[in-house]
Amino acid sequence: MPAVSKGDGMRGLAVFISDIRNCKSKEAEIKRINKELANIRSKFKGDKALDGYSKKKYVCKLLFIFLLGHDIDFGHMEAVNLLSSNKYTEKQIGYLFISVLVNSNSELIRLINNAIKNDLASRNPTFMCLALHCIANVGSREMGEAFASDIPRILVAGDSMDSVKQSAALCLLRLYKASPDLVPMGEWTARVVHLLNDQHMGVVTAAVSLITCLCKKNPDDFKTCVSLAVSRLSRIVSSASTDLQDYTYYFVPAPWLSVKLLRLLQCYPPPEDAAVKGRLVECLETVLNKAQEPPKSKKVQHSNAKNAILFETISLIIHYDSEPNLLVRACNQLGQFLQHRETNLRYLALESMCTLASSEFSHEAVKTHIDTVINALKTERDVSVRQRAADLLYAMCDRSNAKQIVSEMLRYLETADYAIREEIVLKVAILAEKYAVDYSWYVDTILNLIRIAGDYVSEEVWYRVLQIVTNRDDVQGYAAKTVFEALQAPACHENMVKVGGYILGEFGNLIAGDPRSSPPVQFSLLHSKFHLCSVATRALLLSTYIKFINLFPETKATIQGVLRAGSQLRNADVELQQRAVEYLTLSSVASTDVLATVLEEMPPFPERESSILAKLKRKKGPGAASALDDSRRDPSSNDINGGVEPTPSTVSTPSPSADLLGLRAAPPPAAAPAPASAGNLLVDVFSDGPAAVPSLGPTPEEAFLSELEPPAPESPMALLADPAPAADPGPEDVGPPIPEADELMNKFVCKNNGVLFENQLLQIGVKSEFRQNLGRMYLFYGNKTSAQFQNFSPSVIHPGDLQTQLAVQTKRVAAQVDGGAQVQQVLNIECLRDFLAPPLLSVRFRYGGSSQSLTLKLPVTINKFFQPTEMAAQDFFQRWKQLSLPQQEAQKIFKANHPMDAEVTKAKLLGFGSALLDNVDPNPENFVGAGIIQTKALQVGCLLRLEPNAQAQMYRLTLRTSKEPVSRHLCELLAQQF
Amino acid sequence: MQFMLLFSRQGKLRLQKWYVPLSDKEKKKITRELVQTVLARKPKMCSFLEWRDLKIVYKRYASLYFCCAVEDQDNELITLEIIHRYVELLDKYFGSVCELDIIFNFEKAYFILDEFLLGGEVQETSKKNVLKAIEQADLLQEEAETPRSVLEEIGLT
Repeated sequence: MPAVSKGDGMRGLAVFISDIRNCKSKEAEIKRINKELANIRSKFKGDKALDGYSKKKYVCKLLFIFLLGHDIDFGHMEAVNLLSSNKYTEKQIGYLFISVLVNSNSELIRLINNAIKNDLASRNPTFMCLALHCIANVGSREMGEAFASDIPRILVAGDSMDSVKQSAALCLLRLYKASPDLVPMGEWTARVVHLLNDQHMGVVTAAVSLITCLCKKNPDDFKTCVSLAVSRLSRIVSSASTDLQDYTYYFVPAPWLSVKLLRLLQCYPPPEDAAVKGRLVECLETVLNKAQEPPKSKKVQHSNAKNAILFETISLIIHYDSEPNLLVRACNQLGQFLQHRETNLRYLALESMCTLASSEFSHEAVKTHIDTVINALKTERDVSVRQRAADLLYAMCDRSNAKQIVSEMLRYLETADYAIREEIVLKVAILAEKYAVDYSWYVDTILNLIRIAGDYVSEEVWYRVLQIVTNRDDVQGYAAKTVFEALQAPACHENMVKVGGYILGEFGNLIAGDPRSSPPVQFSLLHSKFHLCSVATRALLLSTYIKFINLFPETKATIQGVLRAGSQLRNADVELQQRAVEYLTLSSVASTDVLATVLEEMPPFPERESSILAKLKRKKGPGAASALDDSRRDPSSNDINGGVEPTPSTVSTPSPSADLLGLRAAPPPAAAPAPASAGNLLVDVFSDGPAAVPSLGPTPEEAFLSELEPPAPESPMALLADPAPAADPGPEDVGPPIPEADELMNKFVCKNNGVLFENQLLQIGVKSEFRQNLGRMYLFYGNKTSAQFQNFSPSVIHPGDLQTQLAVQTKRVAAQVDGGAQVQQVLNIECLRDFLAPPLLSVRFRYGGSSQSLTLKLPVTINKFFQPTEMAAQDFFQRWKQLSLPQQEAQKIFKANHPMDAEVTKAKLLGFGSALLDNVDPNPENFVGAGIIQTKALQVGCLLRLEPNAQAQMYRLTLRTSKEPVSRHLCELLAQQF
Repeated sequence: MQFMLLFSRQGKLRLQKWYVPLSDKEKKKITRELVQTVLARKPKMCSFLEWRDLKIVYKRYASLYFCCAVEDQDNELITLEIIHRYVELLDKYFGSVCELDIIFNFEKAYFILDEFLLGGEVQETSKKNVLKAIEQADLLQEEAETPRSVLEEIGLT
C-alpha cells in the first residue's frame, strides 16, 4: 500500500481497497465485496447511531464498489445525510456519491435539492462551489427547475468570489444544455457578456464557454461579445510569454482561453466594424507568423498548445472564407504539417485541409499538395490517418485531377482496411460519375470497383451505373462490350452478373453483330452464371432472357426451353416461378409487335439526387458530411451531382461540394411505387388508346424504381395552387429560344425520352410517345435548388402558322415548386398537317427574388408522326420512281460526326420512325427506309436512303416525299443525327 | 467534452467522468468498446480517432491511458493538453503520481478533476489556483479530524 501524501483520513477504506487488489480471482473479489456490503448494511441498520466519520467512510466504500462495476442499491440516504454535515470532507464525499450515483428517486432529489439550497445560501464559497459542482455533475431537469433562476444571480453578483463565478458559469451551461427552456434569458445577458472583461483569467475562461453556447440561440443578444472577444484575444496574442504568469502554459500564453475565444468568434460572421476587424486580422496574422518562429521549448506540450491555437485560427479563417490572403497562408501552413514527423499534426493537417478545399479561394492551393496526400494514402501506417487522406483526396477532386485521384483510390482499395472499404467505394463511384468526361471511363471505373471490392459495392452503386448507361446512348455500346468481356472471367462477382445481365438485356443488340458476342454466345455466357447466383440475381437474369427473346428472335427456342424447365416452372421460390411462367406465356402468346412494345428499351431515368451521395451522407452522419454540405459555395458553379449531361461550363468546378448546392434540401428518394407485376403490364398492352405503356425492365420491382417519378395522376397540389397564373403569353411576350435550343431539340429527333434541359436551377426531362397523328408528352420539371420556385408557369407557344398545323393541349402545373421537388406536366399533341418549326416551350418562375425565364424548342418534330411501312424491293423502287420530280427529292452529303457503326445507324433510323427495309438496296452497306407521316389533314409518304462511305467518313442521304418542304425538312433533321 | 475515462493497460477502469446523461448500461458498453479500441492501437499511431460521431483523444502515461471524447468541432490538440494538465495536477498533488495513488485516493482524483473541468468545459487552467482549492479542503479536513486508533479504523471496535 503506498504512502498517501495528504488528507489521508480513511484507513479502513485503504485496507478494503488493498484487500480487493489482493484477490486472486473474480470470485474472491465478489466474495470480499459481498462481505463488505453485508458489514456496511448492518452498520447502517444498526441501533448505534453512526458518527459522521463512519458514515463518510462507508459511503466512500460503497462508491468504490460501484466504480468497480457492481450495483449498489442502498446507502443513498446516508450520503444525503452527509450533505448537511458541517464538516467539509463529509459534505464533499456526500456530494461525490450523489454526483456519481444519482437516481431519479423523487423523494431523494427533494432532500438533495434542499441541502444544495442551503449550501448555495451559506455564503461560504467552498460550500457554494461544492453545491454548484453537484448541480453541474448531475444536471438533471429537477435540479434545473429548482436552481436555474438562482444561478445567473450568483454568477453576476458583485460580491461572488471568483471561484464561485467560475463554477456558476459552467453550472449554468450544463443546465442550459440539458433543459434550455428552464434557463431564463434577459436582464443578466449584458453582464454575462461583460465577464469577458473580467480581471481574473479563470473567470473569463469559464464565461467564454457559457457565452459560446448561449449566443448560438440568441446571436443578437450577445452580439457585443465579438468586439470584447477580439480585444481579449488581441491582448493575449500580443503578450510576452511570461506576462500571464500561471496562465502561461509551456511558454504559450493562455492557450485554452485563446482556443475558446476563437471558437466563440466562429459563431459570428466577420466583424462589421472596420477597427475591430482590423484588430482581429492582425491577431490572425500574428498567430500565423508565430508558427514560423523557432519553438521556445522542445517539449511537445509547447508545440501542441501553440498548434492548438494555430488550428483554431485556421478554422476561423475558413469560417470567414473571405480573406484570400489568409486562406492561402493557412493552406501553406497546413502543407508544411503534411510532412511533419508528428503523426498527430499530419492527421490534423489532412483534416483541416478538407474544409479548405471547399473554399474557392484556396481550392487551387490545396490541389498543389496532391502528391503528398496520395503518398500519405499509400504509406501512413495508421488507418485513421489514411482515412483522412482519402477524405481529402475526395474533397480536392475536380475535373483536372479526377482520373489520377480515382485511380489512386482504386489502387488503395485493393489493400484498404475492411472498415472503410464501403466508404471508399461510394466515393470512387461519386467522383467517377461527377467528373466523367467520357462515360466509357466511368463504366470502366465502376466495373473495376466491382472487380476489386464487389462485396462492398452496394446496390446504390450498381443501380446508378445502370441509370447512367440507360440515359446515355453514346456509352451503351461500349458498356455492353465491356460487361461482356468482364463476364468472361471464370469467377466474377455476383454484382457483375447483375450489371452484365441488365446491360446485355437492354443493349446486347449493340454488340450482337460481332460473331464472338453473337446472341447465343451472350445467352450461354449469362446462363453459365445463373445457377451460382442468388434468387434476386436469377430473377433479374430471367428478365434479361425475355428481353433477349425480343432482341434476338433466334434465341427464342433456347430460352423458352430454359423457362420451361422444371427447375424454373416449379421453382420453390415464388418470384422465380412467377417470372418463368409469365415470361414463357408472354413469349408464346404475344405477337412480335406486342413483345417489342412490352420489352422496349427502358426509358431514361429522371434525374434526382444521386442515390449514392445520399448513402454517403447517411453513412457519415449529418455532422461528418459538413465538408460536403458546405453551402458557402461558388454560386456560378454549374455542375450538379447527378447531372448526366456534362456541359463545358462544368470544367472549372472548384470542388465536389459545389455540386451539392441544390441537393441539401432534397427529399429522400420517393418510396418505390407499387411494383407493377408482369400480369398488369400485359393488360396494359392489350388495352387501346394512347395510355402510357410502361416498359418492362429486367427487374420491375427492384429499387431503382425509387429513383423514378411515377407518372402519377394529377397531383392534388394543383387544385390548391395559385388559381390565376398568367394566361399563356403570346409569342411577343416570349424571349427568343436559348442559343442551344436547336441542339437540345435535335437530341430528341431519334428518341422520345431523356433530359431536355439542365442548368443549375432547373432540370427538364421528357417522356413521350406518339401514335398515328397523336402524341402525349410528359415534361418533368425538377427544382434543383433548396429554395422554392414561385409563379412557376411553363407554357407552350405556337410561333407563326404552327397554330393551324399542330394542336398542343397543356395541363396547368402548380405555381410553386418546392426545393428538390419535381412537377410533371402532361401535353396532348395532335398533328393537324405537316409542319416545319417546332413549338416553343417557355418556362418562367421566380427564384430567390429574381424572375427567371427560359425558352426552349419542344422536341416535337414532324418525324414523330411517322408510321413505318414495310414493303418489298419491287414496291419500293416503283414508288421511288414515282417521286422523281426534282422538288420531291432532297439530298445531303455530309461528314460523319459520330463513329460509323451500322448497329447504331440502324437504331437511329428506327428511332427516326421509318421502317428499315432489308434486301432492297443492292449494296448491303446502305440503308433504305419507308414510312407515312400521319397528320389529321393528309398523309405524306416518305422514302429514304442512306449511303455511308466508311473510307471517306461521309454519308449521302436522300429523301423523297410527296411534299417538297417535308423532304427538305426531314433531310435536315436526319442529317444532323450521324 | 462528453466524457473522460482512465484505464490501465490491462483494461481496468480507474476513473470515469460523464458529462452527458447516459444509462449505466450504455456507459458500460461505451467503456468496453473504447478500452478495446484504444488498447489495440500501436504506440506510434496518432492520438485521435473518429468514433461514432465523436472524436476520441487519448494519451498513455506509464501504465495508464487517459481518454477523452469530444465533439466534432472541438480542438484535438487542446484536449490533449487538457489531459496533460490533469496529469500535472495529479502529479503535483500526490508527488510523482502513479496508478496506485489514483486507485487508493480515487475520491481525490475526482475532486481535482472537478476543480479543473466542470460540465465538460475547462474551468480553471492555473495549476496554482486548482491546487489551492484542493489544499484548502485538505486543511479543513485535517482540522476537523481527531486521530483514531488503528483497531477502530479497521472495524474491530
